[in-house]
Parts: sequence; C-alpha cells; structure tokens
Amino acid sequence: MRDAAAPAILRTKRPPDEILAIAALAALLVAAPLAIYPFLLAQALCMALFACAFNLLVGYGGLLSFGHALFFGWASYFAAHMAKGFGWPPELAIAAATLCAGALGLVAGALSIRRQGIYFSMITLALAQLGYFVALQVPFTHGEDGIQGVPRGKLFGLINLGDDFTLYYVVLAIFLFGLFGVYRIVHSPFGAVLKAIRENEPRAISLGYRTERYKLAAFVLSATLAGLAGATKAIVAQSATLTDAHWTMSGEVILMTLVGGMGTITGPVLGAFVIVAMQTYFSAMGQWVTVIQGAIFVLCVLAFRRGVVGEIAARFKISL
Amino acid sequence: MKHILQAGAALALILAVPALAQEKTIRIGVLTDMSGPYADVGGAGSTLAAELAVEDSGIKARGWTVSVVSADHQNKVDVASNVTREWFDQGKADVIVDTLNSGVALAVSQIVKEKNKVLLNSGAASSDLTGKSCSPNTIAWTYDTFSQANGTGRALTKAGGDSWYFITADYAFGKALERDTTAVVTANGGKVLGDTMAPLNNADFSSQLLQAQASKAKVIGLANAGADSVNSIKQAAEFGITQSGQKLAALLIFISDVHALGLKAAQGLEFTETYYWDVNDQTRAFADRFSKRSKNAAKPTMVQAGVYSSLRHYLKAVEAGAPVADGAGVVARMKSLPTDDQAFGKGSIREDGRKIHPAYLLQVKKPEESKYPWDYARIVATIPAEEAFRPLSQSECPLVKK
Repeated sequence: MRDAAAPAILRTKRPPDEILAIAALAALLVAAPLAIYPFLLAQALCMALFACAFNLLVGYGGLLSFGHALFFGWASYFAAHMAKGFGWPPELAIAAATLCAGALGLVAGALSIRRQGIYFSMITLALAQLGYFVALQVPFTHGEDGIQGVPRGKLFGLINLGDDFTLYYVVLAIFLFGLFGVYRIVHSPFGAVLKAIRENEPRAISLGYRTERYKLAAFVLSATLAGLAGATKAIVAQSATLTDAHWTMSGEVILMTLVGGMGTITGPVLGAFVIVAMQTYFSAMGQWVTVIQGAIFVLCVLAFRRGVVGEIAARFKISL
Repeated sequence: MKHILQAGAALALILAVPALAQEKTIRIGVLTDMSGPYADVGGAGSTLAAELAVEDSGIKARGWTVSVVSADHQNKVDVASNVTREWFDQGKADVIVDTLNSGVALAVSQIVKEKNKVLLNSGAASSDLTGKSCSPNTIAWTYDTFSQANGTGRALTKAGGDSWYFITADYAFGKALERDTTAVVTANGGKVLGDTMAPLNNADFSSQLLQAQASKAKVIGLANAGADSVNSIKQAAEFGITQSGQKLAALLIFISDVHALGLKAAQGLEFTETYYWDVNDQTRAFADRFSKRSKNAAKPTMVQAGVYSSLRHYLKAVEAGAPVADGAGVVARMKSLPTDDQAFGKGSIREDGRKIHPAYLLQVKKPEESKYPWDYARIVATIPAEEAFRPLSQSECPLVKK
C-alpha cells in the first residue's frame, strides 16, 4: 500500500502542515477582534476548545462519547461557584474547575471504557444525564436559573478582564495552549498507541499494550480539556447554566467536530465557529436555526464525510 | 453682518439637527423565545405587541424615530447575553422587553445594569427579579411566581378549596411555586395533604395523578410549567379528575396553553392571569387590534399584553423628558409616573421595580359554554392590585428602604 493511500494521521513522520495550520489559525484569531465582536469570539473560542477536547477522544481514540457536556457543564459550574461564591481569582477558579473536570473524567471514564461501541456511548450519555439532574437539584447551581453575575476579576491580580478585548486575548492564550496540547498528545508515542487502538484494538492488545489504560488516559485528558473550556466559558459569559450541562450540548459538540473534520487538529475549531456563527447571526430567524443546522449536518454526512477541513486535507494529501 | 448671522443660524441649525435626531431616537429590542416551548406565550406576538405599542403611542408623529428589533434567545443564557451585549455595544437597543425565561432575565438584567440601559421584563416568572436580584434598571411588569401562587392559592382556598395536594416539577422553580402556594393556603385556613414530585419534561403523570386522586384533596395544585402542565392537565382529563369533583389548579399556565389544550381537556381548570383579554371593553379593544394582525388571529397572552403595556409606559416616560441614554433615569421616571393603558388599566410601579395591578382567578369554561372564538374562561375572583403581589415589607430587594 502506498503511503498516500493510508489515512494521513497514520503516517509516523511528523508533518509540519499541522503546525503551519495552527500558526495560520492563531494569526487569524489575533486579528479577528478587529472585525468581529470580541465577546462573541471569546465564546466561540471556548466552544472550539471544547470541540478540540472532544475530537481528541473521538478523532484519535475512536471513542464516541455522548456525554461530554458533563465535563463542560460541571467545570463551568465549579468555576462560576469558585469565582462568585468563594471569591477566587479567575486563574485559580479555572485551574481548580479544570482539575475537578479531570477527576469527573476519571470516574466516568473508568466506568464507561469497560464497554465498547454503542454501549460505551450509552454509558457516557447516562452519566451525563445523571450529572445534569444533579445540577438541576443541588442548591449551589440554582437549578434552572443558573449561576449569574460571575465576576471576571483580575487575572493574576493585574490584568482586568472586564474589558472585552483583554478578555479575548486571555481566552485566545488559553485556547492556543489547549490546541497545542492536543497536537502534542496526538503526536506523542502515547498518541500513536491511541491511534493504533482506534484502528485495531485486538491487535494492540496482542502487541502487549494494556489498551484500557490508554483509553482511560485519553478519556481523562479529553475531559480535562473539556473542563478547561467550560471553566473559561463561565468566566467569559459570567454565568453557568443548565444549557452547558444538557445533552444537547453533547450533541452540539459532535456536530461541530463532524462539520469541521473529525481527526484533524484544526477541523473542530472551524466547526465550532460555523455553529456558533449560525446560532448568533441567524438568531432572528427563530426555529429556522435548528432546521439549517440539521440541513448542514445532513449535507455534511452525505457530501463530505471527513468534514470541511478533513476534505481539504484529503484533497491535498496533507494533515491539518 | 446680516449674512453672517444668517449663515451662523444655518450652521447652528445644521449642527443641531443631528444632535436633535440622536436625542429623539428610541431603539427597542424584543428578546424572546421564538422557537421553543414558550414561543406562543411570547415569541412573534411579543414583537407585534411592541409594534402596536409604538403605533398606539403616536410618538412617531411627534418627531421621534423608533425602531424595533427582535431576537430568539433559544432559552439559552449565553445566546441571550451575546445578543444583549451586541445590541447595546453596537447601538441597536436602548430597552429590552419580554425575556420569557428566568435564567435569561437574571443574566440580561445584570448586563442592563452594567450598561445603564432598561429591561422591561414581562415573561420571566422569577420573583428574584424584584427580590434579592432587583436592579434600578429593571421593571418586572406582568406577573411573578409569588402572584401566581398567591392568586390561585388564596382565592381557591377562600372559595372552599381548603385541602390541597401538589404535583410538583422536581426542580427549583416547581418547588418554589409549591412552597409559596403552601404558605398562602395555610395562611388562609387550608391544609396541604401531601405532594408528589415529577421529573422535568415528564410524559406520564398517571402515577402522580392517581396519588392525587386517592388523597381526596379538594384541589390538586400543578406546580409545573410548559409541556409538564399541558401533559398533566391532559392526563387528568383522561382520568376524569375534574368531573369527579376535585378541582385542578395550574399555578403557571397561559391562555395560549388553554387554546392548545382545547376546552374539552382543560375544562374546569383554575388559573391566575394578570391580563385576560375578555375582562372589559378596554382589554377587548386591545385584544381585537392585536388578533387582527397576529398569527391565527390569536388573542394576546398576559406576557404579550405586558410587553405592550410596559412599552407604552416607557415611551410615555421618555416623552416626558427622561433621557434615553440614562437607563436608570428612565426607570426612575417610569416609577414616578402612574401607568394607564388599555391592557392593564391604571396602575403603578413600586420602588423595587414591581408593577402593580389586579390579578384574576379564572376558570376554563366547558365546551358548550364557549360562545365565540377564544371565549375560554370566566372570572372567578379578582385579586386587588395591593394584594396580588409580594408586599414590600417582605422584599429582599436592597433598593427598598426600610
């Protein structure tokens, strides 16, 4: 089999294309607030980071989680409560909430990776629903009203996040950290084993890998990054609500990843921006937003299954 | 010299015109649920109500420019915050009306305060908006959880419904409604025999309804909203609960829900509204103008009527000289002026931002009693304005001086 015919990700040589793509994306994002409303961009970046975290699990680990809203939503609750209830500074609230999401991921992952395929997905969905109803009931989340008026505070006691532009660049830094983290994980020896498990798990086992440990590690990493996204979003939007913990959020992140391109580094980012842009700019169209989203999803599955970025990458035989 | 003076006057005029035009501009943002479960309660009807308010005020004829924009918040707090911030930062709205979702209203209220704009909430039920989360930039117009619990609980208990059983939505809103209603029922000499919880978006209420039936309580209180209310009412009709003598009281339901349910399923149901279209000639006149232009000739809900009424009053305050740019100033002026419009009649706004008007306990008619389109309910009791809402003495609002 010729090298080009194999899926781009399987190539062991580290392609510089991805780094170029990340750099181009970073340059675009640095300039973006000049043209687009920075608050909206900051929120879109949080969703993009969430999609990247999800993509790490499904695109490279082959594990389709239907319950990632659990980590995203709960991290956003934790961060909001720490910043508002305990009065913690934003960096501490985000870091602590991210770790909490990682711990949640450890529990959820340990339970769900014992099963495969659809059963794995169903367990993650069940756990996420459990988390949703806990969020609905426990007092500190304020049920369906959510936590409102979370202070943005000052980063490291110096940088005032109240200004939308400052906030955006801080979020951009967090996002790029997360994106580069995903890149490093994917191209580490650990990432190579993960891809091997995705392609053929029995073979990986026969080669002596304890695949469940790798899968659990990938799950925890993905949950942690999803938590980072959720915690940041709580500071950006100054609120944490049930929307972020609802199963539709788990669905939305799948949509973002599929539209952008599963198993590509930059694809989920594009997908997230497309979905967020649709929700924002079409909001005056009411129910048509969901119809258009559905149509795009159908189009995506029928016409370009690799997603936008995935198709481009396949056309030019590069990985992006 | 004369020429110079003329030129100077002309120049002054040119300079004054844009300033004047800028001052006489009002931009209204209708933020509501256009596609979700509450789209019939507010939605496009709220936008229509806002347009009617502008037309009826005749403010455009007096040289004002008024624009109305609307957006769907999809019941998501982050979407609502985005839209609100964008409207304010890009100069598309000075005042936001409706909101229709407590989480959204609480979030928007904070942004409105930060940017010194105005929020005229009509649709969101949370009494926190005029309680511990009250704001000098926010007015809660139409109703709240307290007025709903109070209206239905008090009037029904006084009318002899002195034993209650609750079917409660198992989350904060449902529990708050049950708690508030229980307080009202016991204060009026009634007693609560028990309660049962149903999860949010429940499809099957048979177990809860059978328990309620077995309790032999005179009144079954439905402490839920939206699809949960509709489902529980439909299934109660299937069990023949109201036919067998027990009363069904929905604590938060709108006339549009009754319309959707149909009189056969909803007959005998008791509920509280602060605006019902068929109360007097004035409310009918407003409802007629509304339904001529609404989808399916629907009559306005109390939320849509609240949008109309609150905007009429806002426009009145602005015309009376309150500067549009200073949101808190406009709200202060609105509080100092008495309110009067076709939908809600005469009323006033309290210092905590609570609009005060009477509430009506309504009972859904039997199908054979309904004589004309939307003839759905008869008025069982009228709760006077000063008793319909939470008294100021109980308010946790920091704006209230005690």
